[in-house]
Amino acid sequence: MKKTLVGLMSAAAVAVGLAAAGGASPAVAADPLKVGFVYVGPASDFGWSYQHDVGRKAVEEAFGDKVQTAFVENVQEGADAERVIRQFAASGFDLVFTTSFGFMNPTLKVAQQFPKVKFEHATGYKRADNVATYAARFYEGRYVIGVIAGLMTKSNTIGYVASFPIPEVVSGINAFTQGLRSVNPNAQVKVIWVNSWYDPPREREAAETLVAQGADVLSQHTDSPAPIQVAEEKGIHAFGQSTDMLRFGPHAQLTAIVDNWSDYYKNRIQMVMDGAWKSEDTWGGLASDMVHLSPYNTNELSPEIVAKAEEARTAIVNGTLHPFDGPLVNQAGETVLPAGQSLPDEKILSMDWYVQGVQGELPK
Amino acid sequence: MKMFLHLEARGEPSRLWIWAAPLMAVFLTLAVGSALFAALGKDPLQALNGFFIMPVSTLYGATELLVKAAPLALIAVGLAVGFRGGVWNIGAEGQLTLGAITGGGLALALGAVDSPLVLPAVLLAGVLGGMAWAAIPALLRTRFHANEILTSLMLTYVAQLLLGWLVHGPWRDPHGFNFPETAPFSPHAILPVLLEGTRLHLGIPLAGVVILAVWALLARGFIGFQIKVMGLAPRAGAYAGFRQNRLVWFSLLLSGGLAGLAGFSEAAGPIGQLQPALSPGYGFTAIIVAFLGRLHPVGIVLAALFMALTYLGGETVQLFMGLPLAVTGVFQGLILFFLLACDVLILYRVRVGRRPAPGVS
Repeated sequence: MKKTLVGLMSAAAVAVGLAAAGGASPAVAADPLKVGFVYVGPASDFGWSYQHDVGRKAVEEAFGDKVQTAFVENVQEGADAERVIRQFAASGFDLVFTTSFGFMNPTLKVAQQFPKVKFEHATGYKRADNVATYAARFYEGRYVIGVIAGLMTKSNTIGYVASFPIPEVVSGINAFTQGLRSVNPNAQVKVIWVNSWYDPPREREAAETLVAQGADVLSQHTDSPAPIQVAEEKGIHAFGQSTDMLRFGPHAQLTAIVDNWSDYYKNRIQMVMDGAWKSEDTWGGLASDMVHLSPYNTNELSPEIVAKAEEARTAIVNGTLHPFDGPLVNQAGETVLPAGQSLPDEKILSMDWYVQGVQGELPK
Repeated sequence: MKMFLHLEARGEPSRLWIWAAPLMAVFLTLAVGSALFAALGKDPLQALNGFFIMPVSTLYGATELLVKAAPLALIAVGLAVGFRGGVWNIGAEGQLTLGAITGGGLALALGAVDSPLVLPAVLLAGVLGGMAWAAIPALLRTRFHANEILTSLMLTYVAQLLLGWLVHGPWRDPHGFNFPETAPFSPHAILPVLLEGTRLHLGIPLAGVVILAVWALLARGFIGFQIKVMGLAPRAGAYAGFRQNRLVWFSLLLSGGLAGLAGFSEAAGPIGQLQPALSPGYGFTAIIVAFLGRLHPVGIVLAALFMALTYLGGETVQLFMGLPLAVTGVFQGLILFFLLACDVLILYRVRVGRRPAPGVS
């Protein structure tokens, strides 16, 4: 029984390979490295999963027929994830990227059963000999857009459409607020949680509510372009998330925080090919280009504001500025971190409190 | 003169078409599906193989089919009881969530207790949680005539927010870096895996037993008869002295309890902890499963297996053939459309005739 399946699968794999080769003569080459991707959203969400798929395509382009990639999209973070990840491992994939936090435990479970397959889990904290983790320091980009927001706002109210109150998102809100208030100490951030990574109608509703409450700049940590579209309709400004969303808001988008997984994926795959892959944690930011900003919208931004943003960005790249440099003050007005220090990584990775300037209570 | 088709009601359901309709639906689905795959430049045979055969061609795949189908069948059987009697519980997803919360809450509270009674206790807590959540629409309907379709659906969102609040807040794993999930349940509160190397857990045979019990109740019990009468002819039921309120309570508590059991089995089976996303919409898919199975337990089990297979198949064709998920959705839609469309032939016969040309004698 097992044998027939292996036969079927390899037949399918060959067929896929042939289809990919597009009629080229079946070259006698070493087996391609098989790389799988598990996406939490649709690959066409124009946000988080889309950006991972951009990385996958970059891999295909860079390695040609030395790799073979496949993905499964819209995988629920419940019981389904384990089956999908296992199916990759059981079908002869050499390296599997699981690209959402909720895939952490299933990834580890499957990795235990398939010690020869290598796994990479995005945004989690559990590793094993064959499970590496990777994430981006999105908060660095958020500090910079916070600076822009602080200089652009007239109402001193910024709206923030957020997904889940996990440390990655909370640290993003805090970094944004630190950047915002570094140039505009009176500005406030209002947050609405939509409890989803990708839910265009709810993201839209949240954005509209924030605008009704006086926000004239929107930021988002959800994956659809809905908030940008709201900003465009209302004639206010916003920032793209994960990917350049300019086409959804040519006037509204000031810049976007773009996740750049392509280099990382190419690197890791090269390491597997060279036999140099090992389980480790990668947390890249603006300096390593894992996070970058899409071109500033100079139709809307004055050269002075662009200069200020660039100043912050270069300072972060050079290491002269850390988005969580002290003094850090929480909502209650208590100093959490004195001046002259910056928050260590593990405190950022477990952040569950708001800095001063964020309104409302963090859902707990 | 134009050819035209029209439907003519049969006196009674056609015995032939009761069996032939599903076969015809399968045939039409395969034909149209193949055309769809061919139009996308994929080999239709390979795609159908990927959808229906590859997912279950290993022992693991076959057990996964059961893992996916069990909650669907369990919930759908409960819902079917109410649907037969005209009680529309649309909120099974919420009752599922509440069952996971109460069962999971007890499992966390019993943390270190080492006793064989832990598992029955947490399962019972799951059932009671689902029942309690379904009791709210039952009360609102029987006391205030509030439509249970709306109340049960709305309570689904409340339940999901409650789960979100618990796993982000009070029940969050203290060693989990503030990520939204509870600590793993203790091994005593986990449904044991029955087959090494798979995820076939105790909850699956348990679901089978429960479904059999409900079937027996419907087929043999007086309550099953009452529900049927109430659904077909509420007035006749009232004259016969059946109390409708009692049936509303019964159907909602039963379907809520089964959804709660399914929810906790999901948490204590393949997942092993509480997290914000527990179910990929089982409570809603079960409504489709209930109708696809014609509100009959045997039909529902088959329908659940079939729906589960299309999900597994969807994953397989994505993985091996690069068929986008949207195609899976279209394909599932085709299947459901043809199944329901072919059902028309059971009650109607198609007549081909000529429309009498107007004005010409």
